[in-house]
Amino acid sequence: MTLNAISASDTPFLPRGVRTKFDSVRDMWVLLAPERAVKLDPIGAAILAEVDGDRTLDDIAGALAAKYNAPVDQIKKDAGAFLMSLIERRMVEIR
Amino acid sequence: MTMTADSTVQAASETQAGTIPAPAVKPPMAMLAELTHRCPLSCPYCSNPMELTALKSELTTEQWAEAFKQAAEIGILQIHLSGGEPASRRDLEDLITAARDADLYTNLITSGVGLTEKRLAALDERGLDHVQLSLQGVTAASADEIGGYKGGFDRKMAVAEWVGKLGIPLTLNAVVHRRNMDRLEETIALAQQLGARRIEVATVQFHGWAAANRAALMPTHEQSLRAREVVNEARERLKGQMVIDYVPADHHAKYPKPCMGGWGSTGLNIAPDGLVLPCHAAQTIRGLTFDRFPEKTLRDIWYEGEAFNAFRGYEWMQEPCRSCDRREKDFGGCRCQAMAIANDPAATDPVCSKSPFHAGLVAAAEADSHAADAELTYRISPR
Repeated sequence: MTLNAISASDTPFLPRGVRTKFDSVRDMWVLLAPERAVKLDPIGAAILAEVDGDRTLDDIAGALAAKYNAPVDQIKKDAGAFLMSLIERRMVEIR
Repeated sequence: MTMTADSTVQAASETQAGTIPAPAVKPPMAMLAELTHRCPLSCPYCSNPMELTALKSELTTEQWAEAFKQAAEIGILQIHLSGGEPASRRDLEDLITAARDADLYTNLITSGVGLTEKRLAALDERGLDHVQLSLQGVTAASADEIGGYKGGFDRKMAVAEWVGKLGIPLTLNAVVHRRNMDRLEETIALAQQLGARRIEVATVQFHGWAAANRAALMPTHEQSLRAREVVNEARERLKGQMVIDYVPADHHAKYPKPCMGGWGSTGLNIAPDGLVLPCHAAQTIRGLTFDRFPEKTLRDIWYEGEAFNAFRGYEWMQEPCRSCDRREKDFGGCRCQAMAIANDPAATDPVCSKSPFHAGLVAAAEADSHAADAELTYRISPR
């Protein structure tokens, strides 16, 4: 089975056992998952901050574009690729 | 167990060539809390030391809670509650609460024996994040023979089902060796069937108890090659469904593993009696002095402890490691293996093809892997 790419109408969410945390010792956001800790750069942290399980990738890209005054298509592409890399590692799921 | 502190999302750190840099000590990411050495199983490859800690020497609930608090303060993000069998601790529920109160991600590493549906529900309520369940084989007969505990396999299957029902993410930890490696496809299929989000396929590491069982458990070179193929195929096929981590049989490798991600760089272990170790087998290294919690704080031990500083950086290295361009990739490999085979903990891990002991290691593994099936020497439980 090949994994389908995330589409604009998909709603990403963090499954149980995966959560973000602000790491005050390292002064950065981290994503905690089963036996994994992923350091998040500011862009990754900003994307995951919008992932609430209610909004679609389209909504998320729109919100980020408004917040950071950036082209929405580029953001959709980048956020999609970032989320896809986490989907492959079972750190994000979609519905 | 493997703990990777990957930062693929962040830019990879630049590699430094030429000079030997003196890297600053970074905060630890993970802690393995060996709550007890007591265990109903007696696996012949147990990673606990040969000299086990008795019940009366174990840290108390309050001491563990203080250790968790200090761990979080120095940067530890995840705590792996292990043993022995952690469910043998009657205060496991309170320990989960203490770890979550310290804002740690909690991972229970268990054989499943000692867990009931009710107890799992209680752990779930206390905020347990993840369960790693060990698997000794894909059939009751073969699994229980290795575990030395009748009924163990059936209990595991029940535990996996309860974990799934509660919605707690599950990792299956399948320890593989000559006797079960040919059933790796079935092992992976079982993990899928049990709804595991992740499987760790870990070849027996031949230290401690396992060293006494080399002739019975050493996989053949052909088995190792085949296992790698099975893992690669399954990784591709199950992408996005199940994560597969693989710890290969390093006796058949060309280069050593970056053991512990580098000595004293990523994680620490606390033994049941509070001894703080850079890795679970570190006590096999002669001449190292280990500090004990709570006599010293975890911060002191991590940054100033003699054992932790013994093999940090590159200054301690000998040739061929010292001038090797892989020294920042594998850090010279496993110190315990260097101790065991080269009789020098600062030597190159004999797994490395550049080690003068490599040919001997390969020949011994080859001979052991073709030994007539020897009897298993089981682990003996502490008092």
